Amino acid sequence: MNKMQKALRELAEMDELAAQNSIIHRLCPTAKLLATVLYIAVVLSFGKYQLSGLAVLLLWPVLLFQLSGIPVHICFYKLRIVLPLVLAVGLFNPFFDRAILLRLGPLAVSGGFISMLTLMLKGLLCLMASFLLMATTNFDSLCASLRKLHIPGMLVTLLLLTYRYVGVMTEELAVMTEAYSLRAPGQKGLQVSAWGSFLGQLLLRSMDRAQELYASMLLRGYHEHFHYAPMKPFGPGDVVYLALSALFFLVLRFVPAAQLLGNLLLR
Amino acid sequence: MIQFQNVSFAYEPDRPVLQNLSFRIAPGESVGLIGANGAGKSTLMKLLLGLRQGEGRILVDGTELNKASLSEIRRKLGYVLQNSDNQMFMPTVYEDMMFAPLNYGLSREEAERRVDAVLERLGLEDLKHRHNHKLSGGEKRMAAIATILAMEPEAVLMDEPSSALDPYNRRIVINTIRSLPQTKLIASHDLDMILDTCDRVLLMSKGQLVADGPTEEILSDRALLEANRMELPFCLAGRTK
Ligand SMILES: Nc1ncnc2c1ncn2[C@@H]1O[C@H](COP(=O)(O)OP(=O)(O)O)[C@@H](O)[C@H]1O
Ligand SMILES: [Mg+2]
Repeated sequence: MNKMQKALRELAEMDELAAQNSIIHRLCPTAKLLATVLYIAVVLSFGKYQLSGLAVLLLWPVLLFQLSGIPVHICFYKLRIVLPLVLAVGLFNPFFDRAILLRLGPLAVSGGFISMLTLMLKGLLCLMASFLLMATTNFDSLCASLRKLHIPGMLVTLLLLTYRYVGVMTEELAVMTEAYSLRAPGQKGLQVSAWGSFLGQLLLRSMDRAQELYASMLLRGYHEHFHYAPMKPFGPGDVVYLALSALFFLVLRFVPAAQLLGNLLLR
Repeated sequence: MIQFQNVSFAYEPDRPVLQNLSFRIAPGESVGLIGANGAGKSTLMKLLLGLRQGEGRILVDGTELNKASLSEIRRKLGYVLQNSDNQMFMPTVYEDMMFAPLNYGLSREEAERRVDAVLERLGLEDLKHRHNHKLSGGEKRMAAIATILAMEPEAVLMDEPSSALDPYNRRIVINTIRSLPQTKLIASHDLDMILDTCDRVLLMSKGQLVADGPTEEILSDRALLEANRMELPFCLAGRTK
C-alpha cells in the first residue's frame, strides 16, 4: 500500500478509538451529535474578519481531547490528507482583499490575510469537532441517533454503507496502484493520461464488490432497515453536557472574550 | 431438498453459461460441484440463491423459486462467498454474525446466544470481538462460515471454500465442513478437499453437467477428469488406472 492509501485507510478506521471508554465516550450519541452540529454552526456563524473571537472556540475541542483521552496527535495524523485541502481553501484571499485592516507596528496586515486565517481556522475547528465525534462514538450508534432525530432511514442507511464502502474502495485502489506501479517502474505517481481509465476501473471494481456485499446483505435477510445496536438512553448527564456546551458556545459567540482578556492584560 | 429442472442461463445472449441442467440433492447430502474455471459453478449458485434468473425450474424443499418464495428460500440457504472480504461488512465478527438473526426477527439476547453457540462449536470464541479487516485469511474464512451458521440455514452453499488458504487453515476449514450436519453444496476445483468432504460429485464443463456420481468413482476416473480440464486428486493419483 502506498502512503495515500494508508492514510485513507487509517482515516476510515475509527472503530477502535470509538471503542474506548471515557466520560465523553459514555455520553449518549444524540447529545454528542447535537453538540457537534451546534458547535459547527457557531463556528461558521463568525464573520470573515472575526479571527480573535473564533480563536477562543478552540477551547472546546481542546477540552474534549482532554476529557476523552484521545491524543491530539492522532487527530492530526489521521486527518493528514484532508487537512491540507481544507487549509488551501482560503489561500487566495490575500490576493483579492488587499485593504489594510490592521497595523502591528511596522507590519500592515491586509483584510485578505485575516480572512484567510479565519477560513483556515474555521475549517480546522469543524474538522476537529467532526473527528472528535467520530472518535468517541461508534458509527452505528451515530446512525441510530440520526434515525432517532427522524432523518429518513434511506439516507441513514446510505450514509452507513458509504462509510463501510470507503474501506472497499481503498482496498481496490491499493491493488490497482500496485499493479500500475509494477508495470511503470521509476515513475512517480500516476500519469495524467492514465487517470481516466484508472478512475473508471476503480469505480467498476468497487461497484462489483459493493454489489457482492449488497447481495451478501440481502441473502442474510436484510430488508430496508438496519437493526442498530440499542443506544444509551438520553440521561441527566447528557442534558448537562449539552446545556453546558451550548452555554459555552453562546458565551463565546456573543461575548468578545478575546478582547476582554486583551484589555485586562493591557491595563 | 434442492432440485434443478432443465435450468439454462446466459449473461449475454448467444453465450450460454448454463445449459439444460437437471439434478436433485437430497436432504443431508454433501455434494461437490467441480469443474474447471469458467465452467459455471458460481453462476449455478447465484441462480439457486435467486441473485440471477434463468430458464427452467429450481425447487427448494418442493417450493419453486420465484419472486414470492424468494425470501423464504433464501432463509434456508446459507451462502459462503468465495471472497470473504465481500461477505463481511460489519466492523467486528460479532456484529457481522448478529446481522442475519436480527434481520430474521430474533431479539438481541436470542441472537447473541446463537452467536456464542456457533463460535463455541467452531472453537472461535477468540474471534468474537475482533475487527474484520484485521483477521488473517484463514480466520476470515472461518468467520465467514460462522456468520452463515448463525443464520441456522438448512443447506450450506460454499464457493471455493479452500481457495487462498495455507495447508493448515485449509485443513481446519475441511474439518469444519465435515462436521456440519446440513445439506451441503460445495463448488471447488480443489478435488482433494471434495474427496474429504463430499459423498457425491457433480462434474460441470462449459455449463453442462457431464457426470454425476459417488465421489470416489468420479474422482478416480482419470480419463473423465482430463477430458474436462481437471486432474486426479493428489492422494488418488498414485493408485488408479
Ligand atoms: N457478471 C458476469 N457477466 C458476464 N459473464 C460472466 C459474469 N460472471 C461470469 N461470467 C462468465 O460465465 C462463465 C461462468 O463463470 P463462473 O460461474 O464464475 O464459473 P466458475 O465459478 O465455474 O469458475 C464464465 O465464462 C464467465 O466468464
Ligand atoms: Mg467461481
